[in-house]
Amino acid sequence: MIDLDDIDRAMLRALVRDGGISAGELGRRLGLSQPAAWRRQKRLEEAGILKGLRLEVDRTALGFGVTVFLGVKLAAKGLVSLEDFERAVTAIPEVQVVQHVLGLFDYRLRVVARDIADFERVLRRRIMTLPGVGNVEANVLLTEERRSGPIG
Amino acid sequence: MSLDETDRRILRHYLAEPDLPRAVLAERSGVTPATLWRRIEALRAAGVLQGLHAVVDWRKLGYEVEVSLRFSLDKTNPRAFDEFISAARNVPEVIGIETFLGRVDVRLNVIARDMAHYQEVYRTRILALPHIAELDALMLISTLKDGEGLPL
Repeated sequence: MIDLDDIDRAMLRALVRDGGISAGELGRRLGLSQPAAWRRQKRLEEAGILKGLRLEVDRTALGFGVTVFLGVKLAAKGLVSLEDFERAVTAIPEVQVVQHVLGLFDYRLRVVARDIADFERVLRRRIMTLPGVGNVEANVLLTEERRSGPIG
Repeated sequence: MSLDETDRRILRHYLAEPDLPRAVLAERSGVTPATLWRRIEALRAAGVLQGLHAVVDWRKLGYEVEVSLRFSLDKTNPRAFDEFISAARNVPEVIGIETFLGRVDVRLNVIARDMAHYQEVYRTRILALPHIAELDALMLISTLKDGEGLPL
């Protein structure tokens, strides 16, 4: 783990806000030369702290008006059933996020659909037919907000 | 804005891998770099593409614990949502806030350095949030898929 100074933290904050910003512009904002900003950004990337980019889109404008979080409980446990379930669920194109969790459910999924009728189709044809699937709880996403967290 | 097949092809590749260099993205989408640039500018101007954000790997910064805390709030108080959310924004360990229609009203994504730190955040910051009726926790074991891809 590498130590971050205030400039590194400011750089992370700037890149979380706008990941497409150039090293020159980043340097101007942080009071660094363009090569110095580039070197710092590279160091954060090589340490794995900056692990990539996320493209934010207006899902509704693209025809996907519904996002649903599902909590899934497996009916059958054991390594084989986990692997079968994971392989099948990650292959569903409407499923954007799959997380293995500990608690009330075994998995958390984020599912996109065109509308509620389309969601019902995905749920019935793709989710409820997954190997080992048990109880499923659905919550429809209304708003989401990402925070800059402890670097903020 | 109405999308044609070229827009959809570009978006499919761009959403799947936002890190791709523009030249590679153009090649995969089967368009020239100039066309790609024009299409992306048009999608941005129409508000379909809303932004590009760096993704921070919190584990690499020493935050080993990630918990999804799911709340139902006391809905007899009309200010419950607003007051809960604005208080949650003041907790630095909260990296995401989502609201839902369903059994869960609000979900907070909380990170901590270790279990002792999590316990401290949970007891001093989370349980102090206003209007909590019920809460449960899902502890993240692993993320198997996390993307913004859409079945366009």
